[in-house]
Amino acid sequence: MLKVNDLHISYGGIKAVRGLNMTIEDNKIVTLIGANGAGKSSTLRAIMGQVPKTSGQVLFGDQDITNLHTRDIVKEGIALVPEGRHVFPNLTVKENLILGGYTIQDQSAIAERLENAYELFPILKERSWQKAGTLSGGEQQMLAVARGLMIRPKLLMLDEPSLGLAPILINEIFEIIKTIHAQGNTILLIEQNAKKALEIADYAYVLETGSLALEGTGPELLHNEKVQAAYLGEQKS
Amino acid sequence: MRRSQVFSRKNILGLLIFTAILVLINFLPLDNYYRKIINLSYIYITLALSLNLINGYTGLFSLGHYGFMAIGAYTTAILTMPPEAKDAYYNIEPIYEWLKNFNMPLIPALIVSGILAAILGFLIALPVLRLNDDYLAIASMGFAEIILVLIRTQFRITNGALGLKGIPRVDSYYLYGGVALVMIIFMLLLTNSTKGKSLVAIREDEIAARSVGINAYLYKVISFTIGSFWAGVGGGLMAVMVGTVNQMQFTFQLTFNILLIVVLGGMGKIWGTVVAAVIVTSALELMRFLDEPMNFGIFQDGLPGLRMVVFSLLLMIVVIGRTKLKGRKSRA
Repeated sequence: MLKVNDLHISYGGIKAVRGLNMTIEDNKIVTLIGANGAGKSSTLRAIMGQVPKTSGQVLFGDQDITNLHTRDIVKEGIALVPEGRHVFPNLTVKENLILGGYTIQDQSAIAERLENAYELFPILKERSWQKAGTLSGGEQQMLAVARGLMIRPKLLMLDEPSLGLAPILINEIFEIIKTIHAQGNTILLIEQNAKKALEIADYAYVLETGSLALEGTGPELLHNEKVQAAYLGEQKS
Repeated sequence: MRRSQVFSRKNILGLLIFTAILVLINFLPLDNYYRKIINLSYIYITLALSLNLINGYTGLFSLGHYGFMAIGAYTTAILTMPPEAKDAYYNIEPIYEWLKNFNMPLIPALIVSGILAAILGFLIALPVLRLNDDYLAIASMGFAEIILVLIRTQFRITNGALGLKGIPRVDSYYLYGGVALVMIIFMLLLTNSTKGKSLVAIREDEIAARSVGINAYLYKVISFTIGSFWAGVGGGLMAVMVGTVNQMQFTFQLTFNILLIVVLGGMGKIWGTVVAAVIVTSALELMRFLDEPMNFGIFQDGLPGLRMVVFSLLLMIVVIGRTKLKGRKSRA
């Protein structure tokens, strides 16, 4: 579904990503893990057309989306749930969701998807007239995910959905990701919580200072000694 | 978004009260001075709402509003002045021949004023809106100053620093109030549409707005252009209310007064802006007695400028009170 070929990103003179190759297949959860500054978020933003790519190519299906504008990439069917939630605090929950479907012209489709969102996240229905800024962190994250789902994305990209949430909420968020996946969605997940991410991932890439260090299926990496030592905090006894 | 939101109980009530005042005020026997304050309030409603669209709704900190008002005022003046008046008042150099006989009735003249201001606003927006926050404020002010320099130097169009006199004056509540009413309805319709919500989304979180596919730059330009249009119309109304235009009228102070109304009324609030426009305009006028000679015991003579001192103090009290009551981030 999505193929990233030899992607390079630099900010000024600093190289954030150097030569990343990545493939995301249909109906899979793929995760990108790595430490701070490894280039995970930069990769997502580059796919989305929000930061310029120095070189490389991004293919979505058969289409080259390397040089498209963000808004056109959204129309192609990629949704990004940005890091740190980024809901619109002074708009109501419902308005937030409706804006998520901004690129959709069909009003009845928006109404239908609004209902779907409320089914998936009953709490959002309860709070639909509340301003998004008054929601708790977990609720805001759910709203951000629900907003991303409004375009019925072919690929949903989540940038650290567990950031700053209590452990119980992190579990809930991961349950939701599994549910969304079970409904037939393809997901690209970025996480610092490597263990959780690898547990649900079909395939995983490990980034280290801008380049690919490892790749493999979720269970494979979960039991890989290097990954265990570096990201899961488990020492070989 | 939802039709019914536009015609919520609050909005219908507001529109009814506004229309009732607009009609009923005609039956009050008021002298010229008070009529002028009322008309000025109406004009300030239009101007403040147009600035609120740019500053409050879209979050663009523009301070260049007075430039567009100047464009509107001069355009309306030139288009409505009869040729004889143009002959009489262009003292430095005569007006261009083609402009002299270029006349139209008031309403089309106001629309042309708006369109000219909008075109200019659009051209300025293209480079300026690449900037944010303080930089945008400075750049927009710079452009407004450029407009005023052009006005001061193009004698054959604007009569330079002498300004224009002999503009047919209009004294009608329905003109000024009617334009304000149209502006209020326009803002209600715009801000409750998906397009209007997109503007708020850009203000709230540009990253997220772009993530859902909103073309942030385009929307900012459109918002700025529409705001400039109404600034042009408001400037035109000022010209026909006073009957003269002078480049001295269009100072940064003017933007400041309007910004004051927007801040007091609430960024991104329509009815708040309407009420604040009336209060600020009337307060500035009604406190003129403070500038007159008074007996304070120590100060026997008048204290010119006392009005602004008291006004500023009141303003501080109000702003601090508002912040305490509602929190700094209370924008709708």
